[in-house]
Amino acid sequence: MFDKDKWQEIFDTIRKHKLRTLLTALGVWWGIFMLIVLMGAGTGLQNGVFSMFGSHARNSMYMWTQPTTMAYKGFQPGRDPDLTIADMNAIRSNFGEAIKDIAPRMWVPSGEIKRGKKSGSFDVRGDGPDFINIQAMNLTNGRFINPKDVEDTRKICVIGKRVKEVLFEDEEAIGEYLTMAGSEYLVVGEVASDRSNENQAQQDNQTIHIPITTAQRVRNRPNAVNWFGASINEPYSVYDYEEKIAALIRERHNIHPDDERAIGSENVAEEFDNISGLFTGIRVIIWVVGIGSLLAGIIGVSNIMLIIVKERTKEIGVRKALGATPKDIISMILLESVFITTFAGYIGLISSVGAVWLLKIAVGENVPMFSNPQINMSVGIGALVLLTIAGAIAGLIPALNAANIPPVVALRDE
Amino acid sequence: MIQLNEIRKSYNTEFTSLEVLKGIDLTINEGEFVSIMGSSGSGKSTLLNILGILDEYDSGEYLLDGRLIKNLTQTQAAQYRNKFLGFVFQSFNLLSFKMAWENVALPLYYQKVDRAIRKERAIEYLDKVGLKDWANHYPNQMSGGQQQRVAIARALITEPRVILADEPTGALDTQTSYDVMNIFKEVHEQGMTVIIVTHEEDISAKTQRVIRLQDGDIISS
Repeated sequence: MFDKDKWQEIFDTIRKHKLRTLLTALGVWWGIFMLIVLMGAGTGLQNGVFSMFGSHARNSMYMWTQPTTMAYKGFQPGRDPDLTIADMNAIRSNFGEAIKDIAPRMWVPSGEIKRGKKSGSFDVRGDGPDFINIQAMNLTNGRFINPKDVEDTRKICVIGKRVKEVLFEDEEAIGEYLTMAGSEYLVVGEVASDRSNENQAQQDNQTIHIPITTAQRVRNRPNAVNWFGASINEPYSVYDYEEKIAALIRERHNIHPDDERAIGSENVAEEFDNISGLFTGIRVIIWVVGIGSLLAGIIGVSNIMLIIVKERTKEIGVRKALGATPKDIISMILLESVFITTFAGYIGLISSVGAVWLLKIAVGENVPMFSNPQINMSVGIGALVLLTIAGAIAGLIPALNAANIPPVVALRDE
Repeated sequence: MIQLNEIRKSYNTEFTSLEVLKGIDLTINEGEFVSIMGSSGSGKSTLLNILGILDEYDSGEYLLDGRLIKNLTQTQAAQYRNKFLGFVFQSFNLLSFKMAWENVALPLYYQKVDRAIRKERAIEYLDKVGLKDWANHYPNQMSGGQQQRVAIARALITEPRVILADEPTGALDTQTSYDVMNIFKEVHEQGMTVIIVTHEEDISAKTQRVIRLQDGDIISS
């Protein structure tokens, strides 16, 4: 198959005809380059937007109660029933198969938080141990609230990144105490928000987490819950369980089954799915544009091959007079075309990978909505294979034409 | 070596039919040095193209070295041309992007001869036409006479049975023409059959036998 002499002949021809080789190569190169760079940028945009949802719990929801709007079982409208820890347990025991994490939260009014001579005003929230799995955050030091803390109503706290910076600066915070509303709390952990929405992240980092039971005691509202977040295991749909849980809450709190307004909820998956839909659209556009430019490349190659064969008619006549068979002529033109397209496509692949890599470095961490542009290598290689086949077909038609020109006619060509 | 019986050839267009060869009978023996003379339109180039298997004839028989040359596939034709025939054209037909030795070596490429041997043989044949020192020059760096000598070396390299030359001196001045004819004469003296198409009396005078064509018929041979 590999005929060194034939390749020598082809390289010779290519080397002696740099301009036309370059023109052919350019079309192919551009097609591949555009496709890959567009896809890289598209993935970057997608990764960027998706990372705004943070690293955790895309399949999650938040739920709270609001004043009722319908009379039910003797209760008047306008009642605002409190969620309770018992509700959380009921949700767990009813939907245990689907519930991954459930995290009730209790707000504590902000106040001045002191540590020695330093002080600041921060949000204080009573949380359950699962909370760290629901809201995107990373434990940077120590531990998060554990079930024992909740059970024993311990006076411990986990502090946000900003809290640590303000109250401790470079000092070790774990094992130290903070003073909130006259009581001392032991710092057991530090967390940093992983949400990419900057406002949300900033707010999260200024939060002090205490056990929910401790918060309930501070508020003097035992068992009460302001709202809770829940995440759903993978095969189950968060949409289904959003409704099921709401129905359970209505039943437990004597709310009319049709009273939509009494239960507030937010479904992270819904928002995520909306954006996913948008990205499906963007991907379609990228593919259309990419394939369009690839097609333009292929048509360019075909055109140039036609011109090349026309230009070489006389040469083909001479070669035939000297003993070239039709097979010799076809393989010469075909191999040349395939070689140029493959090589140019390969260069296009390499340079676009380089361009995407540069884009990644240039963008870095600084540009919102854009991160980690990636290339789907199988798409790149697929495009290259397609282009090679197209190059072969582009070369085949003119090659067959050339092989069939009678030598007298070819020799007469000027 | 060459035997033609009743060879006819006409070019048909939508409106007219032009009979170019009207039944040519001709025998050329091995080792002859022949010229085909005729004015423009006499059919001499068509005859040469048929002899060179570059064109097909309509009826009759053409025997080359005892083989009937008729209804050949393109591949067979290419192999016969490569093995039995050497061509020299009026406009030289060298490939401009190849050096002199590469042009000379090209027929051997189609015989699948190894590149190193091709080069060696090409330089040997360039030496025979007195152009050994020009082996690494491109055609456009050479004079017309030199280019035609390269073309002759290219025709000779496969050691063909017959050399066919179509107006080989048509693009050359008189002195260069005679030089080229001397090369053909030397080739002939080594035993090769040489057939030259020309319309110049002084060129045909240098050959052993003159075949005169007029309006598609042989008037003397």
